[in-house]
Amino acid sequence: MFRARSIQSSLSIKDKIISIDYILVISIFILGLTSILAMYSTDGGEFKYHTKSHILRFFVFFGMFLTLSFIQIRFWHSQSYLIYILFFVLLLGVKYFGLTSSGSKRWLDLYFMNLQPSELMKVGLILFLAKYYHRTSIENLNRVRYLFLPIVVLIAPIILVATQPDLGTALLIAAGGLTVAWLAGVRVKFFAISGLAFLALLPIAISFLKPYQKSRILTFLNPERDPLGAGYQIIQSKIAIGSGGLFGKGFLQGSQSYLDYLPEKHTDFIFTLFSEEFGFFGSLFILFLYAIIVWRIIKIGNVTRSNFGKLFCYGFGTAFFIYVVVNMMMVLGLLPIVGSPLPILSYGGSSMMAIMLGLGIVMSCKVYKDTPVN
Amino acid sequence: MLSPSSGNTVIKSKLIGRRMFLLTAAKAIVTFGIIGRLVSLQINERTKYKTLSDKNRFREWKLAPERGVIRDFFDKEIASNQQVYQVHLIPENSKDIEKLFVRLKTILNITEKKLFYLRRVIAKQKPWEPIIVSDNITWSEFSRLNLFLHELEGVKPIVSVARMYPDNSSAHILGYVSQVSAKDLQTKKYLKDLHVPGMSIGKTGLERKLDEEIIGKIGFQRFEVNAYGKRIKQILINEGQAGKSFKTTLDFEVQKFTSELIKEKAAAVCVMDVYNGDIVSLVSSPTFEPNEFVHGLDKNYWNSLIKNEMKPLTNKAIAGLYPPGSTIKTLVALSALENGVIKPLDTFKCEGKIELYGEKFHCWEKDGHGIVNLRKGIQRSCDVYFYEVARKLGVDRLSETAKKFGLGKKVLNGFIEERAGVVPNTKWKKKFIGQNWYLGETLHSGIGQGYFQSTPLQLCLMTAQIANGGFEIKPRIIFDKKNNNLREYIKYKNENPNDPLPTDLLVSNFELKPLFKNQEHINLIKDAMFSSSNEPGGTSYRHRWENKKFTFAGKTGSSQIKRFTEAQREAEVKQESLPYKDRDHALFVAYAPYSDPKYAISVLVEHGGSGGKAAAPIAKKVIKKVLERHELRERIDSLLGEQV
Repeated sequence: MFRARSIQSSLSIKDKIISIDYILVISIFILGLTSILAMYSTDGGEFKYHTKSHILRFFVFFGMFLTLSFIQIRFWHSQSYLIYILFFVLLLGVKYFGLTSSGSKRWLDLYFMNLQPSELMKVGLILFLAKYYHRTSIENLNRVRYLFLPIVVLIAPIILVATQPDLGTALLIAAGGLTVAWLAGVRVKFFAISGLAFLALLPIAISFLKPYQKSRILTFLNPERDPLGAGYQIIQSKIAIGSGGLFGKGFLQGSQSYLDYLPEKHTDFIFTLFSEEFGFFGSLFILFLYAIIVWRIIKIGNVTRSNFGKLFCYGFGTAFFIYVVVNMMMVLGLLPIVGSPLPILSYGGSSMMAIMLGLGIVMSCKVYKDTPVN
Repeated sequence: MLSPSSGNTVIKSKLIGRRMFLLTAAKAIVTFGIIGRLVSLQINERTKYKTLSDKNRFREWKLAPERGVIRDFFDKEIASNQQVYQVHLIPENSKDIEKLFVRLKTILNITEKKLFYLRRVIAKQKPWEPIIVSDNITWSEFSRLNLFLHELEGVKPIVSVARMYPDNSSAHILGYVSQVSAKDLQTKKYLKDLHVPGMSIGKTGLERKLDEEIIGKIGFQRFEVNAYGKRIKQILINEGQAGKSFKTTLDFEVQKFTSELIKEKAAAVCVMDVYNGDIVSLVSSPTFEPNEFVHGLDKNYWNSLIKNEMKPLTNKAIAGLYPPGSTIKTLVALSALENGVIKPLDTFKCEGKIELYGEKFHCWEKDGHGIVNLRKGIQRSCDVYFYEVARKLGVDRLSETAKKFGLGKKVLNGFIEERAGVVPNTKWKKKFIGQNWYLGETLHSGIGQGYFQSTPLQLCLMTAQIANGGFEIKPRIIFDKKNNNLREYIKYKNENPNDPLPTDLLVSNFELKPLFKNQEHINLIKDAMFSSSNEPGGTSYRHRWENKKFTFAGKTGSSQIKRFTEAQREAEVKQESLPYKDRDHALFVAYAPYSDPKYAISVLVEHGGSGGKAAAPIAKKVIKKVLERHELRERIDSLLGEQV
């Protein structure tokens, strides 16, 4: 123990810098630049508010990511419950002091930015469960007693977020948490049981759904149902992507977004805009960048020695992948519009902050890959 | 690393690794699913989505084309276009429509009713589609509007063109234009791709007949628009094409003259070139103001037109049906001659009435005309003579001749308001009335009463075809340099007087269709008509022209509205003393000049009494006017001929 610790703590700054995963850093940077390009296009080819603030956020949080990379993995491990609790308190704060916008209470006013704690909770939950399952021995793993805490920490924030209401984010938080639990070795039968319980509760849940949420699900099943209402977004998004063709309409030439046919083009539909302007090859390029990022995160999970590190990297890597595909499937008309941003590419400070936080912890797993956490 | 649980940790790591491998496989599948979807949308279906995207992007606004003008024979515009000032409004460009309306009301003269209508239109159509607030405002209103334009968001002052008729004398034959109705869109196929809101189309007369060609081709402006319909930039403009203009055979001067002459009466006048059927004048009275129809008709004006007993909206010359009365006697006589039923010098004795089939048939001359032959029969219009002739001729042979001369069918092409009239015969009665023909009815037919129905235009055509020597002509109103075969034939005949062409050669060389078996019979009728107008005792003798240049040969007629009772006949009740509605229609047909026929004319005066008194004086004045302008017309004609 002592020796190992001394080895790790004796890492020179040079060693640390060398051990950073540069492929991951470069991929993220390229993605960031791409996102700035896309944001510039949503502003109609001008440096306006969205572009400027997106650039600022990207560089601030990219810097944060690099800085966090050098924080001891042991710190993340020891403080993970605390971090979770902090995020949970913030979520509670939203419930009482939150800002309401378009019928949903999601944000805290922090004066310099509007923070969306539910985005942070995506990472917070993974961090919590990674530590919890790191510490739970393989014998205890599937004991019902040991399932109690994970269920509570999973359900509590989800209920808070779902009632904001923000169904999309709630589902994405759940996805991250469940992934970690499953990876840690929780038996499939527990997932099956809770799945059935969920199905049994579904009718009750549906009765709690807001009318617009019900309409979104119905619309997903048949977008032409109400072409000028809820189906409008899906139809316009498909038109934009499809009309991009092989090579796209060209940078700043996306008529669908330029002429405002595209809804939420800064946030949820940023991929649509990019796809319209850069076509099939542009879409593949984005997909490729994300694939590299996910691959590198998983790879870091492979090389890091602690199970905490592995669970976090795998959990976060998978969650990251889910965020990407849920958003893409949504804009491609394969999933209902649930409102989930595309990591890094979408406009939004909290999402950017949460993703960079997660990536920072992943990178710290890389830098301190041989450091035992307990 | 040396902790006791290190073995446990390794097992756990392996478990995590295994499960991660499964997840990675799942991720690969999902990723390929997304790529597949991209391939489907962006490669396989890209054309479909490109089309949809363009549909989003572009929006077209149609531009109404300028209507072609209609000119008279002397190239004077009788249906022209005029610059008009309009106010359009694009609802989506206005923040507060109600406020705008209040402001507009202070500037323009808009009624509450109109505003109510506008609100309804706005609710119905898309917010980017312009609505026409007012389609014809005065210059002073227009300039005031422009002055306040900065306060009127969404309002567009427009300078446009609209139909303008310089005069209402030709209102009936020209017809009028008006807004497209829902029914028009259903029934007129050519409007399908042509319709522009606010566009006018021809509703009656020539405007209607020529509508398809005279409208022109619509233009359009293609704009790129955003999701809210705001125009971003103009992509394309197609000005469209102004409609084709038409030259007619009408003489605007004669139209005005004639119209003025009969404006107090319910009457119709029709003048035709006897050689080519060119309609020089076609006037119906009372007339209406066609300009009133262009910019939305005033309800009061419309009601006054509808309620007027003299039916100003009906073109009496082609849509009014009247028994031809004695004017038909020319054809009765001709038919009898052609069929060999009588000889010109065969005589009958007229004693004022005749009793046949147990019925009394009266002559208009109570005391009778004495011994009457064909010439005298036409000159005096002796009814008894024609009772005898008709009786011998029979109605079926008469109807054959009458139809040949253009009665009982539509003679113009493409005028929806034109009516065919009736030429009765035994078959017709069986078919339409379901009864057998009574012999007495033949006698009524012989003096143009009974079932006979004809339009003034048909009577004019009949007269023209007698005047030109008995050749078929087709009335026409659109100017046409060609088809002057009969003229060429006459010219040829004058140059080669000793070369009487046999009928079949006439047909093949000049494409003429003679309506006679023996042209001498036609000449006999023409001569009898001359005596009717120019010899003492003739029914229109009082209204003759002494001047050879204007001398005409005519035939009077009056069509009975009500049969005289015996008591009225005994009391010698005059037409003038009857109630207006019960008086006979006065008719007169003629051709002029007698020596060298050029024009045929028919005049109808509803409830005018006798033809000689009411119709002939009008014909006399019109004939002079037309003949005075003949030389000018000839000159224009020859000039045009040279251009060919």
